[in-house]
Amino acid sequence: MEWESVIGLEIHTQLATKSKIFSGASIAFGAEPNTQACNIDLGMPGVLPVLNQQAVKMAIKFGLAVDAEITPRSIFARKNYFYPDLPKGYQISQFELPVVGKGIIEIEMTDGEKKLINITRAHLEEDAGKSLHEDFDGMTGIDLNRAGTPLLEIVSEPDMRSAKEAVAYMKKIHQIVKYIGISDGNMQEGSFRCDANVSVRPKGQEALGTRAELKNLNSFKFIEKAINLEIERQIDIIESGGKIVQETRLYDADKHETRSMRSKEEANDYRYFPDPDLLPLVIETEDIEDIKQQMPELPNAKKLRFMEQFSLKEYDAYLLTSSIELADYYEKVKTQVNDAKLIANWLIGELSGALNKNNLDVKQSPISADQLSELLKRIEDKTISGKIAKKVFESIWNGEGNADEIIEKQGLKQITDTGALEKMVDEIIANNSKQVEQYKNGQTKLLGYFVGQAMKASKGKGNPQELNKIIKAKLDSL
Amino acid sequence: MSLNSSDIEKIAQLAKLNINQDKQADYLKNLGNILQLVDKMQTVDTDKIAPMAHPLDGMQRLRTDEVTEKNQRKVFQEIAPATEAGLYLVPKVIE
Repeated sequence: MEWESVIGLEIHTQLATKSKIFSGASIAFGAEPNTQACNIDLGMPGVLPVLNQQAVKMAIKFGLAVDAEITPRSIFARKNYFYPDLPKGYQISQFELPVVGKGIIEIEMTDGEKKLINITRAHLEEDAGKSLHEDFDGMTGIDLNRAGTPLLEIVSEPDMRSAKEAVAYMKKIHQIVKYIGISDGNMQEGSFRCDANVSVRPKGQEALGTRAELKNLNSFKFIEKAINLEIERQIDIIESGGKIVQETRLYDADKHETRSMRSKEEANDYRYFPDPDLLPLVIETEDIEDIKQQMPELPNAKKLRFMEQFSLKEYDAYLLTSSIELADYYEKVKTQVNDAKLIANWLIGELSGALNKNNLDVKQSPISADQLSELLKRIEDKTISGKIAKKVFESIWNGEGNADEIIEKQGLKQITDTGALEKMVDEIIANNSKQVEQYKNGQTKLLGYFVGQAMKASKGKGNPQELNKIIKAKLDSL
Repeated sequence: MSLNSSDIEKIAQLAKLNINQDKQADYLKNLGNILQLVDKMQTVDTDKIAPMAHPLDGMQRLRTDEVTEKNQRKVFQEIAPATEAGLYLVPKVIE
């Protein structure tokens, strides 16, 4: 039987505010345990939560970015469960009336295929603390610095049909939250995490299969692996006559397996109810209009502008605008270098390649936009060839100086002296009489061979176009 | 809606309450009465009434995003039953 997988994602993105969602404690990462947990975060008796204005603005920004309805009057609710990293015994979240309603985004797969994914809702809530299970004489250690950190939980419809689509969706949301500056999107530090609801059904069947919820997916690589693993597991069970149990499963990246955390029977009944400590959150149309005015350019608009303004192909523009940092880098270089396509090739090719190889993002690039501009200008004014430029790029990457210094020090200037090039070509023709004869007999493709030899003799410093011209003239006149 | 004794046990478990087995019948009766009242209220026609999320007719005031709280860990941890290396210690939690 042919199976179809159905996937929906819940993404938790940490909002880049200075203080917590309901208290004035800092949310800076990496502080000493419990030094950023105040009486409100600890759930002391008699305290009152007060909502952070910036967190609300950020939620609205996200809503606008995904064409969603902003709820004019949304409600905070208590989600009740007992766990030591949640001191109050409930998490303040939103249930019936979330701040952001239905929205929609377009995702793009690596092969260029596009698809629309519906967003069910996005709501504001507080994060819990962290439990440290290392041994403290048989006790568990609790750090409540993270408790009360503002989160926006973004819930999708079960619109994805493969792990690849789920990854594309997650990347799109990641791109958007970074573009609009509401989250740093740092996955290592847990600022962007994802749970996936996965089920399978026979292809063509409309009713959904029983789903399992996968937790702990904190990298793009893991989510694809974990979902594929879960799809296989469910198909295996059904094909061998079993039934899928609705449950929560934890993905273990080290063992590459998912295992059951809790099944529906023992699942928590969260007993949501409106939080009496918080009044309804009212958002006026004017507030939304104000934020609309401040909205930065979104990825798709930026891509279209890049195509139009710099005459770039769609795929190049798509890659260059894939992250806000790369797009900014491109525009910075473009102010100094004329050839838009040349810059695109270098950013997509050499720079992205070197960054990926070293597991760095654009912000951590050892080569600044100014440094790369200097190098590309030397290609434009023909001081060096593209091939030599790659050598210079490596040297800049390794911290050996700027392009001009390196070109000077290593003597890499392109030979433009026609006399010197002609002399070199004469020698090559004299030493390759067999190839010359073949060329004269009609094997004109051998021209490339001669150019190659000449480039080698010039140690890459000859201008390939110039050499091509000289060699052709000389061979044809023989 | 009517309750049975397994509902009572489930509610108690969710609320992390120890209940006295002898009083189960009382709980069942009292909670049942409350639910009967709820059932009665459900019969009221509320179609034209906006749902109320809060008894006060107000809206949430917002706070400027500023760090205003200082580190008071020492004060808070003085009343904690057990701490170590700045952490609150609790009985071992097993996932």
